[in-house]
Amino acid sequence: MQQNKIEFLEEKAKQVRADIICSLASANSGHTGGSLSAADILVALYFEVMNVRPDQPKWPDRDRFVLSKGHAAPALYAVLVHKGYFSRDHLWTLRQAGSILQGHPDMKRTPGVDMSTGSLGQGISAANGMALAGKIDKKDYRVYALLGDGELEEGEVWEAAMTAAHYKLDNLTAFVDHNHLQIDGFITDVKSPEPVDEKFKAFGWNVLCINGHDMNEILEAVEQAKATKGKPTVIIAETVKGKGISFMECQAGWHGVAPNAQQKEQALKELGVEVNV
Amino acid sequence: MSEKIATREAYGLALAEFGAQYENIVVLDADLSKSTKTEEFKKKFPDRFINMGISESDMMATAAGIATTGKIVFASTFAIFAAGRAFEQVRNSIAYPRLNVKIGATHAGITVGEDGGSHQAVEDIALMRAVPNMVVISPADAVESRAAVKAAIEYDGPVYLRFGRLAVPVIYDKDNYVFELGKGVETAPGNDIAIIATGMMVGSALEARQKLSQEGINARVIDIHTIKPIDKDIIIKAAEETGALLTVEEHVVNGGLGGAVAEVLSEYRPTIMKRMGLYDQFGQSGKPGDLLKLYKLTPDDIVDEAKALLQRKP
Repeated sequence: MQQNKIEFLEEKAKQVRADIICSLASANSGHTGGSLSAADILVALYFEVMNVRPDQPKWPDRDRFVLSKGHAAPALYAVLVHKGYFSRDHLWTLRQAGSILQGHPDMKRTPGVDMSTGSLGQGISAANGMALAGKIDKKDYRVYALLGDGELEEGEVWEAAMTAAHYKLDNLTAFVDHNHLQIDGFITDVKSPEPVDEKFKAFGWNVLCINGHDMNEILEAVEQAKATKGKPTVIIAETVKGKGISFMECQAGWHGVAPNAQQKEQALKELGVEVNV
Repeated sequence: MSEKIATREAYGLALAEFGAQYENIVVLDADLSKSTKTEEFKKKFPDRFINMGISESDMMATAAGIATTGKIVFASTFAIFAAGRAFEQVRNSIAYPRLNVKIGATHAGITVGEDGGSHQAVEDIALMRAVPNMVVISPADAVESRAAVKAAIEYDGPVYLRFGRLAVPVIYDKDNYVFELGKGVETAPGNDIAIIATGMMVGSALEARQKLSQEGINARVIDIHTIKPIDKDIIIKAAEETGALLTVEEHVVNGGLGGAVAEVLSEYRPTIMKRMGLYDQFGQSGKPGDLLKLYKLTPDDIVDEAKALLQRKP
């Protein structure tokens, strides 16, 4: 992998993290921890992997992305802004009445959002639907989905896992943002979905386990997924909830809380990014 | 007695018929294709049929995903699972983003029969009617079912279509019947009382009308095939011209057709009315005919209620 490409992605991820922090601080509510843990995966997808046209968000042959863990919307919005889907000013309207940026992704309001999500477990089914349609139409676009690890407690995820394997959806790649925390604590304490890798294997998926904050590993795993025929691939990305901000890392308390002004300043200082709001 | 066809049968045949003309139709089922009759479509267009297995929730959200690519998706299962089990997938993945998914819900109401109350959806109209963006259609016979499927195909957005298991009389002439989404049908004229019915109860209302006419009572029969958006005008006109409205549905009276008509009347033209249907009850096992008697939804029951309502007419 070219070093300058990786450095570019890492720099983008830093800027995206800063925008996640600032948009959440501006909204004064929202999901910080899970947005930060997913940031690197989203940056890798939109800035390196996916074939999309920001000036033509509904281009029929585009690759699709479904944020099944819809509460990480701030990460998606920040990436879409950096990719040029809509103007940056919208980030400071997050979660406000009349905003194009809803608390959870809304495909009708936000350019670049391929599916409305937020109610856990449903996004992966919708991603299957896009992949099935691609098969019916013999199109070669690919579909990406991002699930939370707590989301795996939803039964629908496993219905969908069965569907994807049964219909050999090798045009689908799902990521699991494996940050080990959900609102009420560690996933293994609340209701363990472990072993996640063995479960997906048993359901007939190609399973890859990576460090979800390492751009090289993310991109290599996507290439392996593309090369895998006859079955869907799940990339189980080991991540840190609140990644990148020392006082947010590995804290369940940062699941559904936004930073205040002081915390925002400290977070930006740690990231070394200046944001003009 | 006229020819009898189940509306679910007409549904399956309509999908197979229109599948040729509309190449972007995709049909999903949840292991009930022999019962919902989507197998008729599957036989002709196997590449556009997807069996989702016994996973109704997954089916609805998958249907939504397929619809995002520009296809017209029909997702079929029994009404109890379509509106009940998968309610939230229908609400959040289909209706909220207003995707072009048609929910073909068969085996609605108590005439499911022997399978019993667990499988008889008696609250699905109320559930679907409450969901923003959702159109709710409940056809009366095979002719209207075919026309409703065509209208649903031509309408861009989510539609809930309610079909029955039982073979019911064909009441419309297929060569002359015109279906207009959101418009009720005055199926038979009359000015003493209006019987407003939906689904298979339209046929029963017509039978009741015949019996009433023998007693010198002229009942108008109105078929409300589109329960949402409801045809206010035909209801208000009936209230003005008859002064007494009787609603009949194979559904609980709360939130279904009776509720919808009551909402229109109380806002626009308060008129005496009576709602026939289930009163805070579930169904149970039995032969469909026996259940209709038990729950007082036969033509004779309609006659009795019509006469009782006329007594109250000012």
